[in-house]
This record gives sequence, structure tokens and C-alpha cells, in this order.
Amino acid sequence: MAIDVSRFREAFFDEADEGLATMESGLLALENGQADTDTLHAVFRAAHSIKGGAATFGFPDIAEVTHHLESLLDAARNGSRELGASEIDALLSATDCVRRQVAAAREGETLDHDTLAPVLAALEALQSAPEPTARAEAPEASGAAGWDIRFVPEPHLLKTGNDPIAILRELRTLGNCEVACDISALPALAELTPDQLYLDWRIRLHGEAQEAAVRELFAWVEDDCALEVVPLQAEHVEEPEAAEVAPVAAASVEAPASKPAAAPPPVAQAEQSSIRVPVDKVDALINLVGELVITQAAIAQDSAGLDPVKHERLLNGLSDLERNTRHLQEAVMAVRMMPVGTVFSRFPRMVRDLAGKLGKQVKLQMVGEATELDKGLIERLADPLTHLLRNAVDHGIEQPEVRIAAGKPAAGTLSLAARHESGQVVLEITDDGAGLNRERILAKARDRGLINQDPATDAEVWQLIFEPGFSTADEVTDVSGRGVGMDVVRKNISALSGRLDIASEAGVGTRLTLRLPLTLAIVDGMQVAVGDQIFVLPLGDVIESMQPQPADIEGVGGRPSLLRMRGEFVPIVELRSRFGVGGEQPPLTEAIAVLVEAEGRRVALVVDALIGQQQAVVKSLASNFRRVDGVAGATILGDGRVALILDAADIVRGLSRAQAA
Amino acid sequence: MQAQAVAERAIEDAEAGNASREFLTFVLGEEEYGVDILKVQEIRGYDTVTRIPEAPEFLKGVVNLRGTIVPVIDLRLKFHLSRADYDAFTVMIVLNLAERVVGVVVDRVSDVMALGSDQIFDPPEFGSTVDTAFITGLGSVEDRMLILLDIEGLMRSREMQLIDHAIQQ
Repeated sequence: MAIDVSRFREAFFDEADEGLATMESGLLALENGQADTDTLHAVFRAAHSIKGGAATFGFPDIAEVTHHLESLLDAARNGSRELGASEIDALLSATDCVRRQVAAAREGETLDHDTLAPVLAALEALQSAPEPTARAEAPEASGAAGWDIRFVPEPHLLKTGNDPIAILRELRTLGNCEVACDISALPALAELTPDQLYLDWRIRLHGEAQEAAVRELFAWVEDDCALEVVPLQAEHVEEPEAAEVAPVAAASVEAPASKPAAAPPPVAQAEQSSIRVPVDKVDALINLVGELVITQAAIAQDSAGLDPVKHERLLNGLSDLERNTRHLQEAVMAVRMMPVGTVFSRFPRMVRDLAGKLGKQVKLQMVGEATELDKGLIERLADPLTHLLRNAVDHGIEQPEVRIAAGKPAAGTLSLAARHESGQVVLEITDDGAGLNRERILAKARDRGLINQDPATDAEVWQLIFEPGFSTADEVTDVSGRGVGMDVVRKNISALSGRLDIASEAGVGTRLTLRLPLTLAIVDGMQVAVGDQIFVLPLGDVIESMQPQPADIEGVGGRPSLLRMRGEFVPIVELRSRFGVGGEQPPLTEAIAVLVEAEGRRVALVVDALIGQQQAVVKSLASNFRRVDGVAGATILGDGRVALILDAADIVRGLSRAQAA
Repeated sequence: MQAQAVAERAIEDAEAGNASREFLTFVLGEEEYGVDILKVQEIRGYDTVTRIPEAPEFLKGVVNLRGTIVPVIDLRLKFHLSRADYDAFTVMIVLNLAERVVGVVVDRVSDVMALGSDQIFDPPEFGSTVDTAFITGLGSVEDRMLILLDIEGLMRSREMQLIDHAIQQ
């Protein structure tokens, strides 16, 4: 029977990625001393299952590296060696190596064996040169005459595809075995279920075998059995317990009942509580629900004129439909939500390496990793967050001696916090570093000709670092200043409909606050009418709207082009001409001006009328068509028509382009 | 080049033991056109479209096709034929072209026809308002002539502005 394993490979890659993340965070926790034995076990299990998967799916080179990883971890797990800084370093670099291998395997390639060699060599060197603690135990362990092994499989062991006989057979290759099988749990033939295992074993293994080698044999079944491996007492010591077991006593039946009940259940539960679903299936579901919402809205609109007395039952049904549809939509959207921890998890490692490279001491605290956010957003958040954290470590936190001189602890604290706040997700990156240097920023801005007069408030000064080409670093370092500036970060964030604010105090630190919508799939929009067309403005961009008075309108070059709003002059954009909608533009005093803000600038969009606020399901224009300038996407109105969602940032940018031309 | 493509396709068809191909035929003014039936997703009546700013005239706008935003092209305008009024018979052919869905407005849909390779001729060199680059051949059915369109190539062409050509940003 030929099974095509290639279709399971994707699942292996995903699991390997998860496993690698577990290993990395576990290793970092071990390094910081924040870990307990469970962490070590989790790291070991992750390595172990990657190894198993790699071997099964035909990636022998991945299996090889993970095998070494696992051996070292196993030694740490059974206490025969300590994990010091050098071990953690080696384990982390091996983890990186496996990650690169998995990435290569995903592309159908194999990593060059030469690149693996140093990693393997480092691991092997550590294994062959055990630490003093290990050396002290080792002679004792290997000097033992053998091992007394108690192997009590769970009844379901056979269903996992493992065969205890095979293990016992393997065991025999390690030395001379005395095997006693306990058959006392075996039921009468009529009650016997063929796929249940009723037996357990006690094995005396005589010989020089290492404990690790013995445990290795049981590695596949370790979650499905209770296993004891104790050194065999020098030649048949008359332990009363040993005497009982030899004749297969009924007394030993009690042991399996109490033992296995302890560990495995949490694992089983964790497996059942989630399923892996391809994103496109979820997206299809969301699309269908979006359709349902639109259809429901259309029916509601059509039924609005019905006589409530005559059609009472129908109208009741419709209101039920509305409620259920809304709940369904919420539930389906929730499927896409993922904890931000999935993106946060990469940062401890990054900060650790970066701090090491710069000779700084940084403690990274993460809060609110469970805060949920749309998966699409989370993936696109990784780059801006990486950049901001890197900046904080590079520019924000000072060298230890500088910090001590300033009366601060040598190690800087960097915190990354996430929380929900009034329908938005707020991410905060706080450091207790040097803070932004107002004078230096101003000097640089003057140098580059970015400002004509000095801004008054700090907030305005901080905004300058978002200008293209602005970098506060004096020199280009390996870490930052490679041409990607805060302007790119802000662009990325505004592409996610987010906002970035800075608060900073010299010598005290800097706080960056990032506000994002929960999802990009739905936008709170204001519908506006221009001629026979309806446009949707994202509510987050809208500041206010007003009917211009003749005195508020200022002309430039004979055309009304500036609007006086609350003491400032705002450029006017007539949506009718900007978006080529037919019809005459009515006089401005009869139109409505909607003030929108994007990228720190404001424009007044002139529309015929405001229709109202409504949530809009965002559809892509580019999937069947292309990107349109000034348009963020499309949505479908209650009557089934398409309305364009305007992109205020794009419109603002277009305006400055037009001015520059 | 075109002739070669047609000839190659004919050979492929013959080798596949399937000498005829099926075309959906439609009418634009006085002319009858054919597109590969396999590209056709469905045929619908004409809905009101939402206009797209700064788009060429033949790009009527976008419509909502069960939740998907689909651009709509008026082939009559594209081919610079006389303008027709949209009426009850105006239909939209929804085409499925390499991961994209595009609607095409035509006067009416006439038939589905199987053409054998002996019924397909190379397009002659003719000065026409129709861009000959997207004509793969001429079909002859009794006394009717079908203009066979490379609809996928046409929709992908730069001037259609259907696809983002701005690669560099």
C-alpha cells in the first residue's frame, strides 16, 4: 500500500514551526532561570516530535540535528548535566539551524551539509565532554550491573501504533534481559477488547547499557506509559518488592492504576481543544457570512414598508434572522482571531541577541500576549514591531555603565504590552532608556530642511522622526540605520489602519503607543453620497463634518481651495472631480465638508450629503481588478451595489504630489 | 506566430482524439464572436455598476457577484463599435481567467458551438478597429463567420488596466 506522505508534509512543517517556537521560548526561559522541569520536558518533547516527524516524512538531515539536540536535552532532563550558558547557546543555534532546515525543506530544498557541520560539532562536543556533575554520576551509572525497568503501558498504547514487543526486542540488544509479564489485569476472553493492552512488564536488564540508551527505546511511548528505570541493585539484593514481582504477584497491579493516571490527561485535552484549518477555508466562510449579512440587510430594507400587523410573524422572523446573522458574523470573525503572543514569541530571542551584540543588558517583559487580533493583522505587525523594538534596544537603552552613572539599574527594561481598548487593540512598547533627544532631532530636521520654524510642543518634535530619510542614529550600525526608517514603520502601520503615538522624556524613557483596529475585514464606515454614487469613509479617519459658510472658504487662483476650520486652513478636495463622478458640483455652501486626517495631515472632502454610519465588510478590489488610487477597497451595500471605501492617507498623499508637480 | 499557435492547438486537439473545441458565441453589433467555453463561468443580466475613478470608458466599473467584486468591460466600447443602448437583452458573460473573474458586456449571447479544426482558419491581415493581436482565428459555420478571441490575452493586456502593472513601488 503506497501512502503519499507528501500531503502530510505541510502539517509537519506547521508543527515543526510550533515546536521550534516552543523550544526557543523554553530555552530562553531556562536561561533566565524562569523555568521549571515542565519547561525542560516541553522543550524535549518538541525536539522529539520534530525528530520523529522529520524521520517519517523523509528529512533525514533535520532528524540528525534534532537527534543531537534531543540527546543533550535528555541528559539535562534526567539530571546528568546542567544547562549552562554554553549549552543554551549551542541549543539555540541548533534550533535556528533546524528552523532554516525546515524553511528549506518547505521550498523543496535541502540545506547544504557543510552549514550544518559547525552546529553538529558544537552539540557533539558538549555531549562528549560532560560537565563535572555529570562525570561524577556517570561512572556510577555505567558501573551499575544493569537496570530494573518497570514498563506499564496505558491500555490504549496499541492504538497509537506502538508495539511493546518491538520495544522489548530492542531492549534485548542492550544486554541480557529477564522479563516478567504481569497478566493479572487480563480479563476473561469474552470481555477482552483486542485493541486494548492489559499487560505490563518488569524487566531486569543486565549489562553496561547507559540509562539514556534505555530511555531512548521508550521515547516514542513515553506519554503513553509509566516508566521507571532504576539501577539494578548489586546482584539480587533481597528487596521485598523484588521478591514479590518475580512470581507475578497480584500486589503489583495496584501500581499501574495509580501511576499513569497522573501525567497524560492534559496532553490529550490540549489536542482535542483545537483543530488546524487552512486559512482559505476560513476566508470562504467569512465571505459567505458577509454575503448573508448583505442579503439580510437587503431583506430588512425591502420589508421595512410592510404592515406590521398583517405581517407580524414574518417581521418577527426577520428580526430573529437579523440577530442570528449578527451573532454568526461575530462568531465567524472570532475564528480568525489569534493571540498576539504568536508574533510576540519571536522577540525575546531577538532582544537577547541584539543586546548581546551591543553589549547592553535588556530585560524584556511581555504583557497581554493572550490579547486577540485578526490573523491577517498579526502577520503584518511583525515587521513594524521588530523595527520598533530594535530601535528601542539600539537607540533607547543605554550601555550599562551609562545607566549606572545615571543612577539606573544596569539592565534596561523593555516592555511590550497588548490590550483591548474600546474596540481597538493597543500595543505599547516602553523602555526606560535615554528618551528622545529634542535638540538633536530639531538640529537634524533643520539640517535636512524638514522644518522652517521650530515646532512648539514635544509631540510635534517627535513626529519629525517619521519624516522620510530621518534617522536619529549618528552612524549607521549593523543593527539599525540601514535605510529603513520610522517613515516606513508608520506607512506600514497606517496601511493597517493603525496609529502610532510617541511619548518620551529625556533620561526617563520612551513609550510608543500603537492603536489598531481588531480586524481589517470589517471597517466602521461613514457613508457619503456624491451624485449617484456612495462612498464609504473609514470612521477612524473622520474628525468632523460641517456645512461650510461663505466666510470659511478661501480661494487660491480663483478656485475655492482652502477651508477655514477651527482656525486652521485645510485644503479642499471635491470628491466629485477627484473620483470622476458625473454632475455639477453644487456650491460649496450647500455641500458638506468632511474633515479627515491621515499621516498627520488634514483635508476637507466635499460631498453632497452624509448618509450614515454603518459597518462595512471590506472586499478587495485588487483580487480581480487592480489597486485604485485613493481607494482602500470596496464593500457591498444593503441593496447589493458596490461602494468604494476611500483611503484618506492615499488622498492626502495624492494632494501633496499634485502640489509638488 | 498566431497561425502557429492555432496550428499547434489543432495538432494537440487531434492528438487528444478531440478534434473539435467548443465556443460560446455572442453578438456585438453586426459581428459574431466566440470565446473558449472553458473560460466562461456564467451568464448574467446586466446590473448597475459602480464606476471606478480614472478608468477608461470601456471599463464600466465593478459589480457585486455574490460577494466578489468583479470588474465589467464593455466589449463594444473596447472594440470601438457603435454604441448600443443597454436593454433587456444586454447580458454579461462572466469569465474566469487565470485566478481572476471579469465580466464582459455583450449585446446578446447566441450559441454554444463545437468547431472542428477544419472549421478554424488563421486570421488574415486586416486593418480593423479590432486589435488583431487578440484574434486567434476565424471560425466558419455554414455561412456564418465567427471571430475567435483570445479573451485571456485581451484581458491581460496592459491597455485594459485590469491588472496592476505597477511592479515597482
